Amino acid sequence: MRAFEYLRASDVHHAVATAAAGQEAAYLAGGTTQVDLMKDGVLGPDVLIDITRLPLRGVVPDGGAVRVGALTTMAELAADPLVSRRLPVVSESLLLAASPQLRNMATVAGNLLQRTRCRYYRDLSCACNKRQPGSGCGALEGHHRMHAILGTSQHCIATHASDLAVALVALGAAVRVRGVNGERTVPLTQFYLPPGDTPDVENTLGRGELITAVEVPLLPEGARSGYLKVRDRASYEFALASAAVALVITDGVIRDARVALGGLATVPWRSHAAEDALRGAAAAPGTFAAAAEAALSGASPRPGNAFKVELGRRTVVRALSTVAGRQA
Amino acid sequence: MGRGDSSAPLREDSPAVARALPVRLRVNGVLRELRLDARVTLLDALRERLGLTGTKKGCDQGACGACTVLADGRRVLSCLTLAVTCEDRDITTIEGLGSEGAPHPVQRAFIACDAFQCGFCTPGQILSAVALLAEGRAGSDAEIREFMSGNICRCGAYPNIVAAIRAAAGEAGRAGV
Repeated sequence: MRAFEYLRASDVHHAVATAAAGQEAAYLAGGTTQVDLMKDGVLGPDVLIDITRLPLRGVVPDGGAVRVGALTTMAELAADPLVSRRLPVVSESLLLAASPQLRNMATVAGNLLQRTRCRYYRDLSCACNKRQPGSGCGALEGHHRMHAILGTSQHCIATHASDLAVALVALGAAVRVRGVNGERTVPLTQFYLPPGDTPDVENTLGRGELITAVEVPLLPEGARSGYLKVRDRASYEFALASAAVALVITDGVIRDARVALGGLATVPWRSHAAEDALRGAAAAPGTFAAAAEAALSGASPRPGNAFKVELGRRTVVRALSTVAGRQA
Repeated sequence: MGRGDSSAPLREDSPAVARALPVRLRVNGVLRELRLDARVTLLDALRERLGLTGTKKGCDQGACGACTVLADGRRVLSCLTLAVTCEDRDITTIEGLGSEGAPHPVQRAFIACDAFQCGFCTPGQILSAVALLAEGRAGSDAEIREFMSGNICRCGAYPNIVAAIRAAAGEAGRAGV
C-alpha cells in the first residue's frame, strides 16, 4: 500500500476543506472498497481523511421522505422499521448484498460510491480506461460474463455493482452533497455518469465534495415494492441481473410503476420505458413481458454476456409478478 | 495474490512520509497503546503487534471472513479495517471469548458438533456465530446459512457449523438469554 497522511476529520467543514485543498485526498468511511483498492494499488491517495466520527448517521422521517445520514451503515438502514415497512425494496436490496460483516462496516454513501468489481479495473497489469484513461479496455475482448449490456461504450463495459443504488434510483432518491462552495442536492439519476469517452469520471462529484445524506421519497401508501437479485450463488455474490420494482395497483390496473435494473448496466439503470409499458395496463403476465422487452430494448451485449439479455427480461418479469402478488 | 504486504518496505516514490501514529486499542477488555503506521490493518495489528494470532489472515481482501472480529459488539472484517480508525473501540477476538477451562457456549457447540476440519476458518466462524445469535438470526437453518454466508470454509464443514449454531441457539434459548 502506498503511504498516505492520515487525518481524522473533526467536522464536515474541516473534512471538505481538507479534501479540496492541494494534495490528492480520499475519504475513508467503512473502508470496504477504499482499503481493499488501496491494498491492491488501484487507489493511492496522498491524504486519507477519516470521516467515520462525523455526525452523519441515522435515519429520520422528513415529510414524505426519509433522510439517511451518509455514514449510516447498510445493516442499520436495512433494520430501520420505517424503511422496511414503507420501502421493502430498499431493505431487501441491502440484505441481499455483501455479507453481515461487510454490511456492518459499509456506509450508505460509500455503497453508492463503490467501485466496479471488473477484474480488469482491479488488476494493475491489465488495460483499463477507468483506472488509467487511454490505456484501453481489457474486458471488451476478454472475460466479460459479468459485464454490462446497457449504458456501455466502446471504452468501458464495467458494471455498477451496488444493489442499494438500484433501489434508490427506482425511488427517485437524491444525494445531499457538501463542497467548499456550499450544499446541493443531486437526483441519483443525474449523479451517475455512463462511461462514454471518460469512464474514469463516474459521477458529478466535484473536487473535495462529500455526500452528507441521501433523501429517499416514501412510496405512496398502498404501493408494493421488492428487489430480485439473480446470481451465481445463493448468497454473498454480485448480481448477474437484478430488478427493483414498485407498483401501485387498484382494481387490477397498474396506476404507477417504478423499475430499475442492476447487474446489467454501467450505472444504476432506471427504465422509464418499462414504467411506461406498465402504467395504465392490467397487472397481468402480458404486461410484464412487454415491460421487460422495453427494459432491455437498448441492450448491446458482447459474446460472453449475450445471455444477460434474456436473463434480464426474465428477471424483470419475475420481479414484477412477485411484487404484484404481494399484499399492498 | 501479489498483494503488497503491510510489512513490505515503503515505495520510494511515496509522497507522504510514513510515520507511526499513537493508537489506543481496547482488545478483549485490555487497553493497548501502540504506535502504528496508518496503513496497518486491525488484523495485522492484532497478529503481528499484539501476538493475538487466533484471528486468521485468509484472503486479506474481505472475501473469506477468517479475520472476523467484533468491534463494539458488531462483527466486522479486520483485514479491511485500518487499526488507526479503531481508537477507543472495543475489539473482541477469539482469545477474548472464553478460556481453555471455560470455553464460550458457541466454542463448546463447535466442539460437540465437530464443526471444523482444518480449523483455519474456525475463529472467524465462531465470532460470526456469536454475533449471529446476538442479532437473532438463528430462526431456521436457512436463516443461519444466509447470515453465515460471509464465512467461507474450504473444508466444507458447513452442515456441522449450522448444527453447532442451532445447538448454541437452543442452549441460549433454554438459558433464557
